[in-house]
Amino acid sequence: MPTPSRYWREIPQRYRFETNQCAKCGLKFFPPRLICPECKNQELEEAKIEEKGKLLTYTIIRVPPHQYVDQAPYAVGIAELDDGVKLTGQIVDCDFDDLKIGMRLKLEFRKVFQEGESGILCYGYKFVPDEL
Amino acid sequence: MRDVAVIGTGMTKWGELWEKSMRTIFVETALLALKDAGVDRIDSMYVGSMSSGLFVGQEHIASLLADYLGQTPVPSTRVETACASGGLAFRLGFMEVASGMSDVVLVSGIEKMTDVNGYEATYALGTAADQEYEGYHGITFPGLYALIAMAHMEKYGTTREQLAMVAVKNHRNGAKNPLAQFPFETTIEAVLNSVMVADPLRILDCSPITDGAAAVILCPVEMARKMGKPIVKVIGTGHATDSIALSSRKDVTWLEATYQAGKAAYEMAGKKPEDIDVLEVHDCFTIAEICVMEALGIVEKGQAGKAVEEGLTAMEGKIPINTSGGLKSKGHPVGATGVAQIIEIMKQLCGESGERQVKDAKVGMTQNMGGSGGSAVVHIFEKE
Ligand SMILES: [Zn+2]
Repeated sequence: MPTPSRYWREIPQRYRFETNQCAKCGLKFFPPRLICPECKNQELEEAKIEEKGKLLTYTIIRVPPHQYVDQAPYAVGIAELDDGVKLTGQIVDCDFDDLKIGMRLKLEFRKVFQEGESGILCYGYKFVPDEL
Repeated sequence: MRDVAVIGTGMTKWGELWEKSMRTIFVETALLALKDAGVDRIDSMYVGSMSSGLFVGQEHIASLLADYLGQTPVPSTRVETACASGGLAFRLGFMEVASGMSDVVLVSGIEKMTDVNGYEATYALGTAADQEYEGYHGITFPGLYALIAMAHMEKYGTTREQLAMVAVKNHRNGAKNPLAQFPFETTIEAVLNSVMVADPLRILDCSPITDGAAAVILCPVEMARKMGKPIVKVIGTGHATDSIALSSRKDVTWLEATYQAGKAAYEMAGKKPEDIDVLEVHDCFTIAEICVMEALGIVEKGQAGKAVEEGLTAMEGKIPINTSGGLKSKGHPVGATGVAQIIEIMKQLCGESGERQVKDAKVGMTQNMGGSGGSAVVHIFEKE
């Protein structure tokens, strides 16, 4: 799916959880933005997203897109991190029966999918259960 | 602004139309609309199409379709807001006639989706979501609506059976629509036993892949009157946006763009939800119809599942929804859907819906949305 340049541009967010936030109202974005959608301020500061949060909603994908065929079925959810940032990702290392809205999660750096037989390996974050 | 009327409609049978090309489907449909309106010339045309590039490898279709309709050199504009492309094409056509720039405008929508295989179709539809932050992680369109459904069930207690009842109702209506792709009835058991696509949504919760087009003709009300046409006026229009990434929204169960578009349309029309006699909504998945009912103020937040169960939106209910069969039974050629919804309302208000006719329907509304709700278009119509 991604061309090398398109893939490379997203590396700071996907590999290192880097982003930015509004210097005026403090709203943190993910991915980074150039203008705050809340207060329209363009003064921004660098930030990192929290690596822990909770599950807001989830599903189990049984009919996958082409590059995900060998992974199906797999769980995908939206998590709200402890800094209020919300993001979509796969939930792994967890039985489907143990998935529950509100469960604690943490972000981990993983291989996300492989682009074809000899294409690039695509990495990024996934959610795993956070044992408290 | 001038008052605008819809004076003609055209639609052919939807389905897997392997024997017909995109241009043929379009021209057949547009010719029906021109004939129905009784006009032999148009001043301009709009075409709603989500992704002719990915579905048939053809961009620049506004001019292509104007040419094959024998209408060059009239201006022709393609409009894209994912699955809301048709509804938005209609809004732009309305604005052009209302402004006085043109008198007779053809508004159409088309999608030819079965020239590609299932994976390619899934990919094309998936481009309506955020490719870098949703698609990258393996989420599909049914998957996004499944995330909405799971949250709605948790937050409001909406049941799996209530979702199935949306499909059962729409198929009951669609079974009476000769142009529908799947004109048959289904049961709650059949929905609950169909193949799981993305938990909790099953294949019978999903609208199908469809080839099809729809077209209408707009003109000023005064001109329609001189032509002796029944007068169906466009009395309200609304269009709004939201983040296309579901995760960026404050509440994944709430369709803010639909709420905002509805609010604008209600205000312009001077109508309230209780004034609407018949309504076509964007039921791309059963949960979508539930969320749209709430966003348009038909019921309170969280109450739509119960309302469907109690029959509020059935053909004989207080506010029948998707008398055409909806996207679910009629089919969902994405760019055409918004225009086809308007045709159903037009027929209802003119008393031409046969077995599906809602008694004494005077005011009708359509709601068309793109992606997981990142764009929405609402229109309100009144029969004089
Ligand atoms: Zn701000």
